[in-house]
Amino acid sequence: MSTTPAFEARSLSYAYEHAHAPAICDVDLAIAHGSFCAVIGPNGSGKSTLIRLLLGAEPPASGDALFEGSSAHGWDRAELARRVGVVTQTEEIVFPLSVRELVAMGRYPHLGAYRREGAADHAAVDAAIATCSLSGLEARAMNTLSGGERQRARIARALAQQPRTLVLDEPTAALDVAHEMAIFELLAKLVANDGVTVLMVTHNINLAARYASHLVLLERGLVAAQGSVAAVVERGRIETTYQWPLLVQPFAGPGPDTGAPQVAPLRKEES
Amino acid sequence: MSALVTRALALAVLFAAALVLAVGVGAAGVPIATVIDVLAGGGDATARAIVLDLRLPRALVAILAGGGLALSGAVFQALLRNPLAEPYVLGVAGGAAVGAVAGVVFGVARFAPSAVPLLALAGALAAITLVFTVARRVGRALDTRVLLLAGVVVAAFFNAVILLLLTYADVESFRSAVFWMMGSLSGSTWGTVVLLAIYMIPATALLFSQARSLNLLAIGEDTALYLGTRVERVKLIGYLVASLAVAVAVAACGVIGFIGLIVPHAVRMVWGSDHRVLLPASFVAGSIFLLLADTAARTIASPAELPVGVITALVGVPLFVSLLRRSSL
Repeated sequence: MSTTPAFEARSLSYAYEHAHAPAICDVDLAIAHGSFCAVIGPNGSGKSTLIRLLLGAEPPASGDALFEGSSAHGWDRAELARRVGVVTQTEEIVFPLSVRELVAMGRYPHLGAYRREGAADHAAVDAAIATCSLSGLEARAMNTLSGGERQRARIARALAQQPRTLVLDEPTAALDVAHEMAIFELLAKLVANDGVTVLMVTHNINLAARYASHLVLLERGLVAAQGSVAAVVERGRIETTYQWPLLVQPFAGPGPDTGAPQVAPLRKEES
Repeated sequence: MSALVTRALALAVLFAAALVLAVGVGAAGVPIATVIDVLAGGGDATARAIVLDLRLPRALVAILAGGGLALSGAVFQALLRNPLAEPYVLGVAGGAAVGAVAGVVFGVARFAPSAVPLLALAGALAAITLVFTVARRVGRALDTRVLLLAGVVVAAFFNAVILLLLTYADVESFRSAVFWMMGSLSGSTWGTVVLLAIYMIPATALLFSQARSLNLLAIGEDTALYLGTRVERVKLIGYLVASLAVAVAVAACGVIGFIGLIVPHAVRMVWGSDHRVLLPASFVAGSIFLLLADTAARTIASPAELPVGVITALVGVPLFVSLLRRSSL
């Protein structure tokens, strides 16, 4: 495997029109291939903007956002889509669409405008459906699924792209514990068994600390801390960034992630 | 796949039946055998005149305009991710109506009737230019919400202009202006057919080629981008080509409502939302619908003609309601 990181940011900055402060300010980071990276940070700290810049959806105001060594905004979109699968925060499905139709859209970057789906495409769709435990739901309409099933279908579509890299923006928001765990387990398995690179935005610091190998903590568009879980999930750091008193304790286990730092927010004392 | 072939065949049979009906039925009935005879080069002079000079060009205009309106409706619904979108949502009809009504009210129509479609086309093009300029100036990229608002506002402005023009109209021009706005295919000539075909055939092919991208855009612009679509390019092609298709359709036969709204939904309810099927099926279904509606408009109150836009709404709405009750949109 090459030593070029999957994603890289060099003095990356971005500001929305009419905004007082930049959404992303002078960010430097590198996400190695094969790593499980989680981006955490308070609401409005620039997590989604950072992801959009790394995916080339917007050109940076200054600095560089690179994917596999070249400017993310300059990538041919279809070529990029064959390498990176993305699960965005929200998607509104207005017209009737079956689960299989949705997952099969993951093959579009491989097909272009005209070519018909072949055996390899059907196999990729089948495999993605099986991996995301959607077998039996293929013919169901998307708008009849539960939140957990819908999110798994969207992940399956990204997997059908057969990408080396997966990017997910809060994929477990609004899911219950079991559905959330199922998605983290699935991602961990993809990283461990298939060498997929995962970059995810999440508000669940505790699961990020147990599953991710690399954390990026954003605060008002700046990188407040990044690196190993132990280096980032540190009481003073997290308290300052989130402006809330909390405890950090090692995860009691059992499991391979025993000892991972876990955050327990405290109740504010009556004054 | 075989289900798709069966459905395509069913649509083809319906299309052929509608075409034969449109050419054969009217104030003077022409038997099917005679129609076929005329098309093959035979038949007597009267039959030839009725079929070749009157009914066939009119049927071809119905096919091109009906198909174009339904296709544009399907494209707008996908691009705007809005089931309520229809071909006139970007103000094209308002612009065309201003052109046509001005022609009628200021008496141009009396001296040169063929100028009305050209004035309508000019009005439609002016509306498209205005809406796109507004939407482009507000943001760098084509913002769907801004475009929709620009369309609504421009349409409202043109409506006011139409009403202003009508207040200066005498009774006769008032009547013909209102009739133009309800749509009619009675002015169809071979010239109309050629003008429509020159634009509509390549436009249709170009829109069909965007089917996969439209599948993705119907879900969301970010999703489409991340699945490899050049989003801004597809949006520009879609909005412009479909708007121009609406412009030429309106120029040829006035403002015919409901086809562009109802036909794509009906096709979706039966065959699903895959634009590779939806776009061609909507075109053919729109053709069939306008062929039948125009035949009804010509024959119900014969020898008088009803405005075809009235028929499309009167028949289309109950049909659509019954479809809506049987399926979940």
